[in-house]
Amino acid sequence: MLQKLFSALPRTRASRRQFILGATAVAGGFAVGFRTSAQAAGAQVMPAAKGVQPFGAYVEIGADNIVTVVSAHMDMGQGIYHGIATLVAEELGADWSQMRARGGSGSPKLYGNLTWGGATTGTGGSSGTTSSWERYRLAGATAQAMLVAAAAAEWNVPASSVKVEKGVVSSGTRRASFGELAAKAATMPVPADVKLKDARDFVFIGNETLRRVDGPEKTNGKEQFTIDVKLPGLLTAVMIHPPQFGATVKSFDAAKAKAIKGVVDVVQVPRGVAVVGTNMWTALKGRDAVTVVWDDSKAEKRSSKDLLAAYRTAAAGSGMTAETRGNTEAAFATAVKTLEATFEFPYLAHAALEPLNAVARRNADGTIEVWGGHQMPDIYQAITAQVAGVTPDKVRMHVMKTGGGFGRRAVADGDIITEAVTVAAAINWRAPVKVQWTRENDTRGGRYRPAYVHRLKGGLDKDGNVIAWYNHIVGQSILKGTPFEGGLVKNGIDLTSVEGAAGLPYAFANAKVDLTTTDVGVPVLWWRAVGSTHTAYAVEAFLDELAEAAGKDPVQFRLGLLKDSPQHAAVLRLCAEKAGWGAPPPEGRFRGVALAESFSTTVAQIAEISVGRGNQIKVEKVTCVVDCGTAVNPDQIRAQMEGGIGFGLGAILKSQLTLENGKVIEGNFDGYQVLTIDEMPVVDVHIIQSSKIPTGVGEPGVPPIGPAVANAVFAATKKRIRVLPFSRPENA
Amino acid sequence: MASLTINGAQQDISADDDMPLLWALRDVVGLTGTKYGCGQALCGACTVLIDGEPTRSCQMTVAEVAGRKITTIEGAGGRVAQAVQAAWIKLDVAQCGYCQSGQIMSTIALLETNKKPSDTDIDQALSGNICRCATYARIRKAVHEAASALA
Repeated sequence: MLQKLFSALPRTRASRRQFILGATAVAGGFAVGFRTSAQAAGAQVMPAAKGVQPFGAYVEIGADNIVTVVSAHMDMGQGIYHGIATLVAEELGADWSQMRARGGSGSPKLYGNLTWGGATTGTGGSSGTTSSWERYRLAGATAQAMLVAAAAAEWNVPASSVKVEKGVVSSGTRRASFGELAAKAATMPVPADVKLKDARDFVFIGNETLRRVDGPEKTNGKEQFTIDVKLPGLLTAVMIHPPQFGATVKSFDAAKAKAIKGVVDVVQVPRGVAVVGTNMWTALKGRDAVTVVWDDSKAEKRSSKDLLAAYRTAAAGSGMTAETRGNTEAAFATAVKTLEATFEFPYLAHAALEPLNAVARRNADGTIEVWGGHQMPDIYQAITAQVAGVTPDKVRMHVMKTGGGFGRRAVADGDIITEAVTVAAAINWRAPVKVQWTRENDTRGGRYRPAYVHRLKGGLDKDGNVIAWYNHIVGQSILKGTPFEGGLVKNGIDLTSVEGAAGLPYAFANAKVDLTTTDVGVPVLWWRAVGSTHTAYAVEAFLDELAEAAGKDPVQFRLGLLKDSPQHAAVLRLCAEKAGWGAPPPEGRFRGVALAESFSTTVAQIAEISVGRGNQIKVEKVTCVVDCGTAVNPDQIRAQMEGGIGFGLGAILKSQLTLENGKVIEGNFDGYQVLTIDEMPVVDVHIIQSSKIPTGVGEPGVPPIGPAVANAVFAATKKRIRVLPFSRPENA
Repeated sequence: MASLTINGAQQDISADDDMPLLWALRDVVGLTGTKYGCGQALCGACTVLIDGEPTRSCQMTVAEVAGRKITTIEGAGGRVAQAVQAAWIKLDVAQCGYCQSGQIMSTIALLETNKKPSDTDIDQALSGNICRCATYARIRKAVHEAASALA
């Protein structure tokens, strides 16, 4: 989604020729970075901290022989640090054991997301690998060229005689490590152009044996998340948020809380009341002792059942047109068979296991530092500056690893960042403050995948061909009211509402997609795979209904509609082959298929289920085929498909948020249920061989799983699940 | 003030008796490998071993664990723990990694008592450990891998 979204912005994607390299000596090592020539002149970069390079870099080589990749994208678990380390190691000729990675920030000139157009640093829309593909290989190749030049000068040999392999620079009998040459390499001229490797010479890209660069620290408890930030005198703040969206603090009484040992302060901030303590436990105890009176005059007070009833009514009519092909009305008039179905989707929370948090500190020199899972660090830097009343160059953003994310940490108004900075300011910056949400804060904090209703209608001719297709989507806009709205909501159509429903690869001669955007006071946001989390379900489940009505096999039916989309057809065909679709499933097993493209990556999945006592559905196995261009890290592509399947499966089986009089009922994992290990199917992933530019895999595994399982349930029970999640009483 | 035995070392910590072990470990002792995810024993991220038993540290107060043997991810050692961690790395189980301390502690406890767990045994032992990245398929494989390495 973000990819499409940002493609509407002026594109500044740099060609190779536009790259200018900078290199600098860093504490006995060296660092290289690139800027595009058009942007280099005006680059605003963070003031250098002591011992840090004067501008952010992509690759740093230390005297200790450690190669650190500075990632333009944050890592929420999707493995982009690993992917970027792979790209750099490939061209640098490093040994894998010397590679490390950390997050970069402070300069869109260096770290702007090229897939989005390059103007803003950010992570989302499964864009990181595409954005990094050229930039980081060039960084690695340039660093290698400078190491070679250093060796040639040191040994007085021609550069052409110098080889680099597995972290060793050699010429004849002379050998040196990167670390030994780093200081000299920093003084070498920066090459104007470097040659990238041919794909056939890749050692790391496509390597099945490479283990994640951050595997060890994620296995021994040493990985550092925002919740783990330790600073001298650090205080912890727990938030009390309004019980309804849009309510505000009328008054609060903190006398009892302040009497608790370890409670340092209780302060009102724009988003509620913060209880500040010496540690989490005292802050929690303080929170329980505070009473708040809320002003709910502007609060959203509707219940989800009222909202969905209104959505169903709206769906029965027509909306604003997002796409038209042919003449849908005329085609429906000639149809021999017409089907219609309505699908309902609940609000969903991201429910990352690390509840939202951020740490803010003001230093003696007036600079501000903010630690967090900064998914859009430039925007957060600007917000921090504004809130703190300083200029952006006085703000430093520390990009932390995060315990999941799924979209929740990319919020245009800064959200948790604003909260941490306002709380720190409210206590007069007397100590660094970590705002740590509880699970309940996180579940009830809004920014949900919006609830939607889809009404679909399909017309078949006498041969069972789809001659008319209609899809009316009703729900909130994610972009409305954000800075992205201007260029990206086109003629009233939010692209994120209709992606995965408009522009389908299926050859419908007559099709119409309508959108009705609703106005509800529940804050909404992108949620792993965004629009396709609901559109793919509605489209692929309904397509199955049409196949059934046409008396056709669901795979063949889709292949017939993919005559103009050979790439999608190839993915679907391979999936059918790998799942053994041509033969009946084993006794007691039932299969369903779905296909979805999101973020330029195409995924097909075939779910195999069993049905136990009381119609208990168990997803036994999922066969998944993905086409994501060049496979940089095949095992991580598989990991993202596995994870996307589990994430999507939990949501369609049992996740939902319920509003009653505007209050969110679910607070913790007892109410907001997610997938557990006993519900995880066996997953068999196959990657299409490709030499195209890589596309993302963080999200595209999610959309097909819901409809694939729903279609398998129909095969097993002849029941169509049109109200999500499956656990809803309507489906019993 | 409480006296706790953490990872083999006895230490006196300045914490109220009612403070959950989770926050005592993280905020007082400074061992942050044990994670907060729910505060209600619903997610398993805070799992530690108490006298060898996998236990949700968010539900045990400092007073309750005084004098008992507490093992956190930082202190996970010995043959079983090493095999589990090696299997986790070999199969690249972790994505975000936030839940993995809890998953690993639960797995160590499982393999200490069950040398060759079946998929069902694994599911039962780990169904209280939520992984939002859904690394479950690899967790299962890694438990088998560790069990074979130990056999």
